[in-house]
Amino acid sequence: MRLPRFLLLTPLLLLLGGCGDLVVLFPNGDIAARQRDMLLIATGLMLLIIIPVLVMTFVFAWRYRASNKASNYRADWDHSTKVELAIWAAPLLIIILLGAVTWVGTHLLDPYRPLDSITTSAEVDTDQEPLVVEVVALNWKWMFVYPEYGIATVNELAAPVNRPIRFELTAESVMNAFYVPTLAGMIYAMPGMETKLHAVVNKAGVYDGFASHYNGAGFSNMRFKFHGQSPEEFDAWVSKVRESGDTLDRDTYLDLAQPSQADPVRYFGAIDPMLYTRIVGMCVAEGKLCMQEIHHIDAGHAEPPTDISLDQLTYDHSIIDGFGYGGGHGEDAQGATAPASDRAPRSDSTREGAGPQDGEGSIAPPQLNRTE
Amino acid sequence: MLANLDLSRFLFGRLTLDAIPYYDPILVVTFIVVAIGGIGLLSAITYYRWWGYLWHEWFTTVDHKKIGIMYMILAIVMLLRGFADAILMRTQQAIAFNGSEGFLPAHHYDQIFTAHGVIMIFFVAMPLITGIMNYVVPLQIGARDVSFPFLNNFSFWMTAGGAILIMASLFIGEFARTGWLAFPPLSGADYSPGVGVDYYIWGLQVAGVGTLLSGVNLLVTIVKMRAPGMSMMRMPIFTWSALCTNVLIVASFPVLTAVLVLLGLDRYVGTHFFTNDMGGNSMMYFNLIWIWGHPEVYILILPLFGVFSEVTSTFSGKRLFGYTSMVYALVVITILAYLVWLHHFFTMGNGASVNSFFGITTMIISIPTGVKIFNWLLTMYEGRIRFELPMMWTIAFIVTFTIGGMTGVLLAVPPVDFTVHNSLFLVAHFHNVIIGGVLFGAFAAINYWFPKAFGFKLNEFWGKVSFWTWVSGFYLAFMPLYLLGLMGVTRRLREFDDPSLQIWFVIAAAGAGLIAIGIGALLMQIYVSIRDREALADTTGDPWNGRTLEWATTSPPPHYNFAFSPMVRDIDAFTDMKRAGFSRPEKGFRSIHMPRNTGAGVILAGLSTLCGFALVWYIWWLAAVSFVGLIGYAIYHTFDYDRDYYITADEVAKTERKAASMLGAKG
Repeated sequence: MRLPRFLLLTPLLLLLGGCGDLVVLFPNGDIAARQRDMLLIATGLMLLIIIPVLVMTFVFAWRYRASNKASNYRADWDHSTKVELAIWAAPLLIIILLGAVTWVGTHLLDPYRPLDSITTSAEVDTDQEPLVVEVVALNWKWMFVYPEYGIATVNELAAPVNRPIRFELTAESVMNAFYVPTLAGMIYAMPGMETKLHAVVNKAGVYDGFASHYNGAGFSNMRFKFHGQSPEEFDAWVSKVRESGDTLDRDTYLDLAQPSQADPVRYFGAIDPMLYTRIVGMCVAEGKLCMQEIHHIDAGHAEPPTDISLDQLTYDHSIIDGFGYGGGHGEDAQGATAPASDRAPRSDSTREGAGPQDGEGSIAPPQLNRTE
Repeated sequence: MLANLDLSRFLFGRLTLDAIPYYDPILVVTFIVVAIGGIGLLSAITYYRWWGYLWHEWFTTVDHKKIGIMYMILAIVMLLRGFADAILMRTQQAIAFNGSEGFLPAHHYDQIFTAHGVIMIFFVAMPLITGIMNYVVPLQIGARDVSFPFLNNFSFWMTAGGAILIMASLFIGEFARTGWLAFPPLSGADYSPGVGVDYYIWGLQVAGVGTLLSGVNLLVTIVKMRAPGMSMMRMPIFTWSALCTNVLIVASFPVLTAVLVLLGLDRYVGTHFFTNDMGGNSMMYFNLIWIWGHPEVYILILPLFGVFSEVTSTFSGKRLFGYTSMVYALVVITILAYLVWLHHFFTMGNGASVNSFFGITTMIISIPTGVKIFNWLLTMYEGRIRFELPMMWTIAFIVTFTIGGMTGVLLAVPPVDFTVHNSLFLVAHFHNVIIGGVLFGAFAAINYWFPKAFGFKLNEFWGKVSFWTWVSGFYLAFMPLYLLGLMGVTRRLREFDDPSLQIWFVIAAAGAGLIAIGIGALLMQIYVSIRDREALADTTGDPWNGRTLEWATTSPPPHYNFAFSPMVRDIDAFTDMKRAGFSRPEKGFRSIHMPRNTGAGVILAGLSTLCGFALVWYIWWLAAVSFVGLIGYAIYHTFDYDRDYYITADEVAKTERKAASMLGAKG
């Protein structure tokens, strides 16, 4: 659906353009631009009623001031069916219009919906698969995995222009939101769950991305740069990341997941392909039952294991509270009430060839954990 | 040595000397100021021997008017605290640029924005509306008190107890660092092991009981205690708005209590409702807390819609336009308030149909709200508008709230919300409607009903200073935040990279400075008015040419409000009485049955607060003792049969004669 821009608002926009980088109004990604269009359409529709209300407020306040004895005064005029019909009908009509636009726009701009065009004029090339980026919100940094290229980064995201991107997002411990304003609206990244976001960047450049849901002490510094690149630049970037000798596997991940702030950019030239699935399943650490497996059992597709232990089902341990007062103090006291559940020490586990490497699709095979 | 340690742990739980934040100079200075002020106040009360007066006339009172005034005092005191937090945040954000960390470490800053939200909603806005409803509703419906006068006193002290717990967290321990709704898993025991979230839980639980009981009380009062002749469709519009608000309170606060119980269980006994462990799911908390939280914003705004209706009609010298429309609009808003909660988390990954449903229901609320605005404008139309302070606040409200409503509808469009959710645009929006609606409304109400409550008007000069600084300060402080939101700046940030943003935060901080002058002018206005009370005196009981029953009695009203229950024949009952040549009855008085004061409310709320404090610090013996004491005293109180007394006919006659002679002296 293509809706006309509101020409009336253009001068206002130009005026606003003068005061800083209004990225929400001037984005460089098609999804964000369409969301901006919705904002302008909704604003325009509402101004149809807002402006008369504001004018009426000042005009009535002035004309019917007590000192103006020339104005009419009808102390008992309190009802008029025609007027009341009009004041119910006017906002109703506008909301019917806006509601229709909202219904259509919400479905077309559903973050889960694959793109069918990359700009207003260009359809998506159906031969081209979208670039999949697996996003993990850690405390307090972003991890990006590119399964197609077998690489991963921390605090740096890159994508070629005009190629649809499919983000698959999760978080390590607390609620987060992933937001690159120039690209598309935000979406939550949540532990034990996966959300999706489809977007495309139309213009090369370096843009801001950040966490937009408060998540603890390191929130302000949980930022990264998003590089929109030409396909050649992107290929060069991928090769640069590949040159890194670091491998992102379960051990590296568990170290990386330790709370830290304002982390530098890191590259990983190789990855454990099952890692992201395990992060979503909250079963990167040894001996944890994966969420996918629990869902599998809950759905009746598998028998629950007979030898299940509580420790397999507890995941929340990385202490992000250790700044200032309250960290050690509370932690100490907490042992008295909260169930004690320690993460298995990481150093003593060797994971070479641990999990099966054939995990296609999002549901991990039920035996994912059983090989340990 | 070890035995010693165990003993202190038994006696004081996890409360140790480390809990005193002596390392934080801001808190130490605040504490010293509060301590000096507090000691000064307590010594003055002792020196002038006011303790007895305060206890017998105020703390133990069951008079709805005095309880209403105490709510207002609580709200203004807490406004100072909440606003101090706002100034700290604005200053931090204005200077934390170019590598500067500002002056607040994350540990402190994150407590401040949490406390600011909690205090402003629960301990400023809620006491303001409860106070206004408490004071005005019984007078407007021609009743002598609320249905359950003791419960009213108890409700107030529970609210105050919650406020005390939140304030205690400033100097003993810490407050939550989770944002004002304490979303898990961040607020769970694993990621927030300190006492902050526990203070949050128990502060709100104690205050929440007060709010719920006060809601029940006012609801029953409105349904059962209206003067003869006052059918539902003859109730003053403010009373209608209070009825809708209390329906919302009664139906939504239990949800808050339940969700905080679940969070408390997660934290105290290791259940897993909202954890990542063992099948818990934090998305459930988002849903539950907003099922309370969205009706809550209508709880806050509806009574003020009522205030604006009364003020517009009175100062335009006209009947309210479209009374029936207004009532239906209120009822529609009340019902729809329950169908929109999901718009607070469109970005959680819900399906498009779910998002559009909640987006469209949200927009539908703007229809009755728009109708209300048109009705106020049409009430002004062909009226004789006197621009007294309450009317000035009303005009400022209509303009400000219309803008806030527009940005609210923008946020209701899910694709738009994706781009400005959690941003400063959102922060600007809700301050736009809460300051522009709730606070402006409360100021209109204070200026409007103050002469009724105290017998003299508020000073106009300082009122105008307060008005202009508040209104311009608001625009200066929050319009930049809309822009910053459109620049993609999110809320709750403590430091910034991009130096081009700084100017907007500096402007916002200047706006906060203007608002500070506005608050100062408000306090000055009250002080000057008390000083000049003789000159400002209202002896008529009807300083504004009022239209509803509260203006039919003296200012301040006698303890029993009305010597005779008025007969109501019209919506604007008092205008109708005046037109019919109403004169004060001079004889035929009968003795009046009134409730007796009781200290039970103070004691029960005190025990609840103590129990909350003990639970925060894991002082299990004290929690057990105070809880048993609480239940025991509540049962004991039910055996107190000495709960009422009669004001004799002679005494009523004497009071009424005095009022009549005051009227005579004036007229």
